[in-house]
Amino acid sequence: MFGYEFMREAFIASTFIAITAGIVGVFVVSRNMSFLSHTLSEIGFAGASFGILIGISPLAGMILFTLISSIAVGSLSTESSRREASISAISSLFIGLGILFLSLSSESSSYATNILFGSIVGISSTEVHQLMILAIFVIVVLFICYKPLAFDSFDHIGAQASGLNTRMLSVVFLITLALSVSIGAQIVGSLLVFVLLTLPGATARYLVHSVPKLLMVSVGLSLAGVWLGLYLAFVTNWPVTFFISAFEVIAYFIGLSYKNWKLSH
Amino acid sequence: MIEAKNLTKKFGKQVVFKDVNFKIDDGEFVSIVGRNGAGKSTLVKILMGLEKKTSGEIEMDHQGRIGYVPQFRNIDLDYPLNIEQFMRLNLKFTLNPQKRRKNNENVQAILKQTNLLDLKDRPLGLASGGEKQKAYLAQALVGRPQVLILDESTASLDVDVKVQLMDLVQKLNQEHGLTVLFITHDSDLTKRYTKRALLFEDHSVESIGVDEISEDMFE
Ligand SMILES: Nc1ncnc2c1ncn2[C@@H]1O[C@H](COP(=O)(O)OP(=O)(O)O)[C@@H](O)[C@H]1O
Ligand SMILES: [Mg+2]
Repeated sequence: MFGYEFMREAFIASTFIAITAGIVGVFVVSRNMSFLSHTLSEIGFAGASFGILIGISPLAGMILFTLISSIAVGSLSTESSRREASISAISSLFIGLGILFLSLSSESSSYATNILFGSIVGISSTEVHQLMILAIFVIVVLFICYKPLAFDSFDHIGAQASGLNTRMLSVVFLITLALSVSIGAQIVGSLLVFVLLTLPGATARYLVHSVPKLLMVSVGLSLAGVWLGLYLAFVTNWPVTFFISAFEVIAYFIGLSYKNWKLSH
Repeated sequence: MIEAKNLTKKFGKQVVFKDVNFKIDDGEFVSIVGRNGAGKSTLVKILMGLEKKTSGEIEMDHQGRIGYVPQFRNIDLDYPLNIEQFMRLNLKFTLNPQKRRKNNENVQAILKQTNLLDLKDRPLGLASGGEKQKAYLAQALVGRPQVLILDESTASLDVDVKVQLMDLVQKLNQEHGLTVLFITHDSDLTKRYTKRALLFEDHSVESIGVDEISEDMFE
């Protein structure tokens, strides 16, 4: 399959996306932000359609929208129940906006399907480079913040008590999350990017018990899903997103059963 | 030494405490008592820099090195880290092999001190209430604090577990000169482990001997 230029490009891009999503996912799950990452992906859809409408790239539109909204969320009240309600209200609005932008723009509907459901064809090497640079940026930022971010994500109260600037950490993390949603959506689509951003991280929690191991297992599951998905999509011509979601969901339930089995032994 | 001079805290118009004065010596083991909402936790948060004082002064010799053990933490059954890894969250990042070795030795010493050596691989989510409190204490100790603050840490524990935990804290106080601020609603424990208490009452703070403590101070 590597005989084809577009498959090589897709493979490189997905590898970077999978590593980023695997790392970010560990923090998404431990910070209870699965719901937010779902919403951000819907906002990303609106951003991509907006990009198409005004003639910038869908990726740029997505980054614009997700960055603005993640920073807005960061400054919202910390009362979580109210936050969830306002987030879900906002996300419905953005789905509607996305559909409006698309219908206003002259692009064909296949464009919309690509944004929503992802696609491995039609990624240019310029786009691959953009994705790689963004992914590396996210990974470097997370590496620099690793210790304090891990402390805050796995024990918010302890992190506060030890004098860490948890506000700042939260903003930095939301920015990396927004970027991850935007780049992940290029392959998996904005409808299911949260699969890559939450399931590998959630599965890892059933298997291992330290932060470095959680990161390794999550990245491993994310890579395995993406590679297998690409291969099967190439062979069968079925959508890559289907295979990735199926793999991650199955892995999740295997992880859950393993944990329950271990608890009863 | 920790010293408050005319310390005042208000939330909007609500006065929590006003013109409070007290001193806590280094190495002292002091109880902090008073009914719910009297401002005990607020004082702690001001000490830790999590909340701003409204006016007055609060001085501390040793900048920052506070170990804080609150009653509640967001640890559910699915919490993935084991006890040792939970403690290690409080370590600073370093690639220096010598510092890493020192960190490891420190963690092992604290595990031993807190009787957690056999439990270090247990996921914290599956630990009992007493084991969790010990793990919180152990994590605080990893930061090498000079002041330890227990904010109702013993509240939901069985009596013998309470005593175990407090014996441990007492040992830390006696052997390592750790200053301990013990916030509690348990007058038996205050009498058993401390000589003096700061009583939060009517928006002010008074230093009293532990034998003056009565149950109605908590209601
Ligand atoms: N962030 C806050 N905003 C407004 N009021 C607060 C805040 N934190 C505490 N309070 C109020 O301050 C008072 C003291 O609370 P607290 O220090 O938690 O009491 P204690 O720990 O003695 O039970 C209570 O009336 C509480 O409602
Ligand atoms: Mg309190």
